[in-house]
Amino acid sequence: MKAASQRYTSDVVLAAATGSAVLVILSLLLLLLVQIFSGGLGQISWQFLSTAPSKGGLAGGIWPAIFGTMLLVLLMTMAAVPMGVATALYLHEYARADAWLTRLVRAAVANLAGVPSIVFGLFGVGFFIETVGTKIDNIFYDGDLLYGKPAILWASMTLALLTLPVVIVATEEALKAIPLDHREGSLALGATKWQTIVRVILPQALPGILTGAILAVSRGAGEVAPILFTGAAYYLPFLPAHPTDQFMHLGYHVFVLATQSPDVNATLPNLYATVLVLLVLTFLLNIAAVIVRARVRAKLRG
Amino acid sequence: MKIRASNLNFFYGSTQALHGINIQIPAQQVTAFIGPSGCGKSTFLRTLNRMNDTIPGTRVEGQVELDGENIYAPDTDVVALRQRVGMVFQKPNPFPKTIYENVAYGLRVNGLVQSKAEMDERVEEALANAAIWSEVKDRLHSSALSLSGGQQQRICIARALVIRPEVLLMDEPASALDPLATQKIEELILKLRSTYTIVIVTHNMQQATRVSDQTGFFLLGKLIEFDTTEKIFHTPNDTRTKDYITGRFG
Repeated sequence: MKAASQRYTSDVVLAAATGSAVLVILSLLLLLLVQIFSGGLGQISWQFLSTAPSKGGLAGGIWPAIFGTMLLVLLMTMAAVPMGVATALYLHEYARADAWLTRLVRAAVANLAGVPSIVFGLFGVGFFIETVGTKIDNIFYDGDLLYGKPAILWASMTLALLTLPVVIVATEEALKAIPLDHREGSLALGATKWQTIVRVILPQALPGILTGAILAVSRGAGEVAPILFTGAAYYLPFLPAHPTDQFMHLGYHVFVLATQSPDVNATLPNLYATVLVLLVLTFLLNIAAVIVRARVRAKLRG
Repeated sequence: MKIRASNLNFFYGSTQALHGINIQIPAQQVTAFIGPSGCGKSTFLRTLNRMNDTIPGTRVEGQVELDGENIYAPDTDVVALRQRVGMVFQKPNPFPKTIYENVAYGLRVNGLVQSKAEMDERVEEALANAAIWSEVKDRLHSSALSLSGGQQQRICIARALVIRPEVLLMDEPASALDPLATQKIEELILKLRSTYTIVIVTHNMQQATRVSDQTGFFLLGKLIEFDTTEKIFHTPNDTRTKDYITGRFG
């Protein structure tokens, strides 16, 4: 009986230990949310959401940063999802699993996911701006500086590189889950491999691809390091209208308000409110994608 | 003869799965293949529409002729071959699409119809031929996955029939179904017999006697005996065939 009660005690202790770990995490999250909401909610107004900042962030709103963040995430998704899906399709549907090239690509994808985001930022400057952008300027614009400088185009491309592994992995998982039966069923009806991919495989993989896109958006919307050198502006009273324009970004704006303001304490309410907007925006982007995914899934199930 | 295999060897990597198969399969009859699991009967079936091509590391020697043309010739259009040689799989595998879209799939990918009206007509015809039209005609636009297993398998048969193949390969088409659904599939096979050359793999010997005109017995990758179903099940020449059909092994 003693042994049994000892085992019982250790059960209770473990349950308590794991439970309190959860409790600590939850309270920290709650604390964070309460602080952000209580500090920022009072500052949120239509005016705050719809105007540009002024007086070094002391007054005015954050509309250019909201707009810039949304446009950045949109462009990033437009680049990362097709590239990631194409890579996953190649890896899973075309490449031989044991070929050295396949292994190399897989290793590259895994390593890409582990690269610190600031390195992506530097890569963006070196590759997109200094190399690609400058080449475009030299060839098409007689060396006038247009593409060879920080721009929302290059920032979104850099961010797309950062989020690419997420899309690739999610898409590949989705492809793996599709039964061989469906591929064979399609091929046996005289469909080509490409028709099978477009008409049978991709529709079924769509929820998984959307999961990848959701994760990419969540990751990308809050990242500042990759866009720091590649396109984010400290202060820009107008909205980006061309791919080569710079843009304001909520995450970077938070950094600016917190560290670069002439009077940090006075900007505190705006700082809280900006953080709140960033949180809510990321949350809304997620919700939208989750709803789309749920609809696609329901349609597949019939 | 519709199909003729000559000295056909088949390899998965270094493992030989078929050894020198020679067979002639007549048109517009039902030919059944029986044999214990792993004897190569399904592998042989899948060489007839080159379905094994999709498995990496496989290799074929010898030849298979369809109407006198070697389907393993280097210039064979595999996609065109599969339009002529349809296939129904062991597990019902409708796509997660509507019933209508499942059946219309073959017409769409092969560009076989010009108008919506023609498409409707062909889909209805195929569903009727697969003896499932009356059960699904009011729900063509609901998901094929909402049907029972037996109904799903008949949808898969309709899906194969809609492109009007000459040969229909069936890989244990009733093994995942209950007795009633199995009976429906068997009735369907007998009905389709006059129009198509049907080759069916089955592990159910009663099924072979009920539906087939010829039966081939496979063992360890070899075609041991091939004759009329009557002969195979009553007076087989080979003792191994006799042992198998009398239930001594397998």
